[in-house]
Amino acid sequence: MITLSHYIVLGAILFCISVAGLFINRKNVIVLLMAIELMLLAVNINFIAFSRFGHDVAGQVFVFFILTVAAAESAIGLAILVLLFRNRSTVNVAEIDSMKG
Amino acid sequence: MIDTSLFQLICFYAFAAVTVVAALSVITLRNSVHAVLALVLTFFSTACIWMLAEAEFLAIALIVVYVGAVMVLFLFVVMMLDIDQEKLREGFVKFLPVGLVVAAVMLVEMLGLIGVRFMHAQTMGDNPATAAGMSNTAWLGMALYTQYLLPFEVAALILTVGVIAAVALTLRHRVGARKQHPSEQVAVKASDRVRIIKMAAERPTDSQPSPAQESKP
Repeated sequence: MITLSHYIVLGAILFCISVAGLFINRKNVIVLLMAIELMLLAVNINFIAFSRFGHDVAGQVFVFFILTVAAAESAIGLAILVLLFRNRSTVNVAEIDSMKG
Repeated sequence: MIDTSLFQLICFYAFAAVTVVAALSVITLRNSVHAVLALVLTFFSTACIWMLAEAEFLAIALIVVYVGAVMVLFLFVVMMLDIDQEKLREGFVKFLPVGLVVAAVMLVEMLGLIGVRFMHAQTMGDNPATAAGMSNTAWLGMALYTQYLLPFEVAALILTVGVIAAVALTLRHRVGARKQHPSEQVAVKASDRVRIIKMAAERPTDSQPSPAQESKP
């Protein structure tokens, strides 16, 4: 029988995979964006699980809002990416250092 | 004869395994297009897991909104950009041990912190939506349109801002491109197009033969 810990462990594993992805793909902005999407997905799994096991609708409402914000975020992120590639002809994070941050 | 809860558990493990393997291939695949496709598979199997938790509306929304719109947008961008894959991969092996160690430590800490054993005692129980006498979609919508109406409107506003920002960022005016200006076309007057010049009438001089005489044999 499925318990709460199944969902929580799956969410934790997905979150850690995406953190590892942020570390090992430090050059490619596209993969960085995809790792952020994975992170949001892991959080959403936790929300769904707590909503189902805690008998509360608020968790699912929050997943709804997270999906909305994530869609807007990825749209703007990809627009910035296209703009960056048009101006600099690269998506390499190491070469995008004109702000000297 | 397998009972229902065991079948659900088998399904959960199968979908969870697909999710984890696809997520691993998202961060390790060499080709970005393949990575996006692996991310689609991750979302799809996660939607199946949400189905097992009886969150049907959000599972379908994940497939329709995420796989159908956001991932296709990703795919378009990745395919349009001409990316040097090999150059972006340098440093992959160098950062691999660091990433693995950080991920493993984080996983151990998280699992230790949240108390997996305590949560293992929590069983699913009745579906709260069915207990309230409605479907999952109605249950979610009832909360969304009453208690969370203002956040719902703000979410719509955020999406609008996202659309406008994405268009405004990528819009560019090319120099030298010819295009129509409908407002100018509509506002044009006859005096802008036709100019009437007054001039004296011309008479044929005697030295030039008139065309009527010339045509006779």
